[in-house]
Amino acid sequence: MKIKDIQEQIVEEFEIFDTWMDKYEYLIELGKSVPVIDEKNKTDDNIIKGCQSKVWLHAQHDNDLVKFYADSDAIITKGIVSLLIRTFSNQKPDDIINASLDFIDDIGLRQHLSPNRANGLNNMIKKIKFYAIAFSKTN
Amino acid sequence: MNILKNIETIRDDFPILNTSVNGNKLIYLDNAATSQTPNCVINSISDYYKNLNSNIHRGVHSLSQMATEKYEDTRKKFKSHFNAKSSKEIIFTSGTTHSINLISSGFSKFLNEGDEIIVSHLEHHSNIVPWQMLCEKTGAKMLVIPMNDKGELDLNKFSKILSKRTKVVFVNHVSNALGTVNDIEKIINLSHNVGASVLIDGAQAVPHFKVDVSKLDVDFYVCSAHKFCGPTGVGILYGKKEWLDKLPPYQGGGEMIDEVSFEKTTYTDLPNKFEPGTPNIAGVIASGIALDYINNIGLEEIKEYEDYLLDYATKKLQEINGLKIYGESKNKTSVISFNIGDIHPYDIGSLIDNLGIAVRTGHHCAQPIMDYFKIPGTIRVSFCFYNTKDEIDSLISALKKATKMLS
Repeated sequence: MKIKDIQEQIVEEFEIFDTWMDKYEYLIELGKSVPVIDEKNKTDDNIIKGCQSKVWLHAQHDNDLVKFYADSDAIITKGIVSLLIRTFSNQKPDDIINASLDFIDDIGLRQHLSPNRANGLNNMIKKIKFYAIAFSKTN
Repeated sequence: MNILKNIETIRDDFPILNTSVNGNKLIYLDNAATSQTPNCVINSISDYYKNLNSNIHRGVHSLSQMATEKYEDTRKKFKSHFNAKSSKEIIFTSGTTHSINLISSGFSKFLNEGDEIIVSHLEHHSNIVPWQMLCEKTGAKMLVIPMNDKGELDLNKFSKILSKRTKVVFVNHVSNALGTVNDIEKIINLSHNVGASVLIDGAQAVPHFKVDVSKLDVDFYVCSAHKFCGPTGVGILYGKKEWLDKLPPYQGGGEMIDEVSFEKTTYTDLPNKFEPGTPNIAGVIASGIALDYINNIGLEEIKEYEDYLLDYATKKLQEINGLKIYGESKNKTSVISFNIGDIHPYDIGSLIDNLGIAVRTGHHCAQPIMDYFKIPGTIRVSFCFYNTKDEIDSLISALKKATKMLS
């Protein structure tokens, strides 16, 4: 599924919730789900530090697709992480590089990506793009 | 003034307390980060730019002289408030961090390899990092006064690490992360006994109780105006004259000179030696107005009321299942750091923010304390004299809601 279509799907899922509380409950539910990274990959090399919460990101290049695995020590961050993985994983490097991240604004969670939240999410998105750039050069 | 009886009148002085955040009335419980500003301080800044704006110390025209007078009157206010011996011992900086950097940088003249300096485990990064930089520069060694599980300093161990090699000791009066009030009288006495000088970071103390630098016989005492209802960008540095005379200038420029030529420049006396360039004139004058404001309410009243809020909040928080408070010293200011079970503080902070409640989460620029407790951070609530019991009740209700969602 294309990145744009996945983002539209996510926005549709969140549209059924009227209140911010319901949106957060869904995000928390996503965050509580099975972690999307192997424990063995939760290494210091894979940590993306934020002041508030940590994010681990691991990437593999597989048959011209980039697979991402990630986790966070804060549930809300982890919920957003799972949405980011859903959007960017199993996509071609060039598609990742050229993609814009629209769904975060559309579901009303922009404040979680503001730099002063320092929760690792902004840096995670940068790293996703860097991985994509690196893998596109190895093609 | 009895705060409880006049709480609505006091709150009316602070326009921001009537604003909303995320569709909810703001409940501001992050006062250790910065306090809110009363109308008199806001108006002072506005009035300055409308009626008085002029560079100080330099001009012969009336506006400059009036501005200079107000600026220097503010210096006298702080001299009286802290009971310093002379106004020359009061330096205006841009904040506590700037003040500490000014002093630590000056100490590079006096420290050599083999010398020791002592920090405490409870320090804010601003009272750790400049000294680490100093050690890298001079080869001096930094030792640490350990803390205990209650968030108190172990002064027995402190007396054991003090020696003739100790040149300076730097400790906060109150821990920003935990609210612990340190026994600085003892720290100062023990340090002076070995010939070491002492810097006390009073940023979290000055808003809550009276500080007498002469009685303390402290060598340096620093604080920030924005913590006691003043504007941001203003720090007050007290230093004993004999120390400020010894320390070299920190920044060079106009105002702090006597004579300048390309061959040689000489520096002027205190306090201007440490106030180069054009200062934050409006901010300094407004800081004096903030000081007047809190003194008008009365620091003893403020302490009594904030103790009441602290006791009530502590009791209500302890009723929440799984809640752990960090910082259990008997002597605390109105700061409570806590976590709820294994829930990440960021999650709680994010959720209650959506209910209009402003708290701080994270390491509070005190990573060594968090490392001691082996936690990523805490949720910190910090009260000021304009907070209310009802706001604490709203906090408790929000925490319970957030905990339920995250469990």
